[in-house]
Amino acid sequence: MNATAEMTAAGAASASAPTGAIVMNCQIDKVFYGDFLAVRASTVPIEKNKITGFIGPSGCGKSTVLRSLNRMNDLIPIFRFEGKVTYHGQDIYDRKVDPVVVRRYIGMVFQQPNPFAMSIYDNVAFGLRLNGFKGNLDERVEKALKGAACWNEVKDKLKNSGLSLSGGQQQRLCIARAIATEPDVLLMDEPCSALDPIATRRVEELMLELKEKYTIALVTHNMQQATRVADTTAFFGVDISQGSRTGYLVEMGPTRQIFEDPQEKLTGEYVRGEFS
Amino acid sequence: MASHHFDHVDRSGSVSGPPSAGDYIFDRGFRGVAWLSAVFILALVVYIVIEIGGKALPAFSEYGFGFLTSTTWNVQTGQFGILPEIWGTLYSSLLALIIGGVFGVAIAIFLTQDFLHGHLAAVFRTIIELLAAIPSVVYGLWGIYVLIPLLRPVANWLHGEFGFVPFFGTSLSGPGLGPAALVLAIMILPTVASISVDALHQVPYKVKEAAYGMGTTRWEAILKVMLPTAGSGILAALVLGFGRALGETMALAMLIGNSNQISLSLFSPANTLAALLASSFPEAGPVEVRALMYAALVLLAITLIVNAIGLAVMKFATRKFEAER
Repeated sequence: MNATAEMTAAGAASASAPTGAIVMNCQIDKVFYGDFLAVRASTVPIEKNKITGFIGPSGCGKSTVLRSLNRMNDLIPIFRFEGKVTYHGQDIYDRKVDPVVVRRYIGMVFQQPNPFAMSIYDNVAFGLRLNGFKGNLDERVEKALKGAACWNEVKDKLKNSGLSLSGGQQQRLCIARAIATEPDVLLMDEPCSALDPIATRRVEELMLELKEKYTIALVTHNMQQATRVADTTAFFGVDISQGSRTGYLVEMGPTRQIFEDPQEKLTGEYVRGEFS
Repeated sequence: MASHHFDHVDRSGSVSGPPSAGDYIFDRGFRGVAWLSAVFILALVVYIVIEIGGKALPAFSEYGFGFLTSTTWNVQTGQFGILPEIWGTLYSSLLALIIGGVFGVAIAIFLTQDFLHGHLAAVFRTIIELLAAIPSVVYGLWGIYVLIPLLRPVANWLHGEFGFVPFFGTSLSGPGLGPAALVLAIMILPTVASISVDALHQVPYKVKEAAYGMGTTRWEAILKVMLPTAGSGILAALVLGFGRALGETMALAMLIGNSNQISLSLFSPANTLAALLASSFPEAGPVEVRALMYAALVLLAITLIVNAIGLAVMKFATRKFEAER
């Protein structure tokens, strides 16, 4: 953790200019949990049809930033967001914006597989029904399950509980549930941390397929995973100089650059595994 | 006790060692006492059934199953039947379950789904649970002196205006099914509410996150995800509440009117098995006591059956969708 302390002077975020269309632009001023400043000034643009990876040590606020992108943090009463997250130009933290609507366009896959206690079919159909989908439900469910690469495993037991599946299958079911409504952006918060290596590999392959249609933001603890799937990588650090732990964006750029030619010393130390 | 303690391993200089003999004795002792208690409870239930069954046997051989379908209870002529009481027991308990169930589950939602600040929710929960501490006889008195006078004008207006509806088919002169069911509903409220609160609290946070992450509104999350996930627990709450309502005695004996009639009307006096037992036992002669024992056996059978059905339904609901955790 000493390395983190050294970095306190590094200052504001330095994101190299993105090349593609920006779907979301997260301009954080300050994020608080109660009085605790969790994340300070950081700007994280999310590009269309790319996977943006968030990496960094524990407590660097990468999950907090990700969850700010679809206002999931609003579930925490003491959470306070200062700044702006524009989604196609509209600030989603604007008073007039209903977080429920935001979450219908910006889907999420969580760290722990969290299927509902209902059948596999109903899990996938959940979002479709929620949005009042009137078309062919069976077709969309099948499409989503195929999209999440688990159709072959579950097609004969769609009436079984989603909870009866293995962890890796559950996570792919959750991905199917998230993509069934074809959201614009998919947020993935360490989606493989509860999975074994084989299941992890399948989910990674899936992400690479999904980015053709969706825009993905991915938090990962696993740097190899970032190198395998992320087009752009954002590295977050922890500033402990003020006596508390505040996360901030240290550097953001093409994944290859972050891992091979980082502009910041701290980034280099982190990607070489010199601290965690 | 495990006999092998790896004594041949040289442990000099290590603090590692087997649990003490005391640890083993405590474990065995605890297990023994627990088993004994479990067997005792089972034996007690069997004993109660046999005892009441034995006392009810003479009445059973005399009246047979006609006892269950006859509507007269006449000590002078020796005619006994408990159909009105069975009807009253089920009808009043069902009404109480509907009212208490709706309010109890609503309270549980209110207390667990972020409508209230945590501390305030705890305070409210305590207040609801305190309802269970009020003695039955006090509920009865409150029903007689407060609830019935309060209900009477409303009931009689309903009867006057909507008398053609079977539920309002009679006027409320005093005690009756409606006030009894209302008091019963309040009495089962703490059971239903606090078990439902526990069930909703047990829904993992990640499930709630998943719901909101899909873009549900608060009520969509509650109705489509939280309640179904907590379903078996809430069902348990309702079954226990219903069981409690079936057996409730004192308040009902005071409020229901102890009248042998079968009516759909909420305002007509009625009777329940428990109330019949409570009010008739003190002055009953040997013949009537035998009939009452038969009635007690029927009440016991009804509560056992209801609870068994409840458990079966819960087990079915649980097995279907709650997986191994």
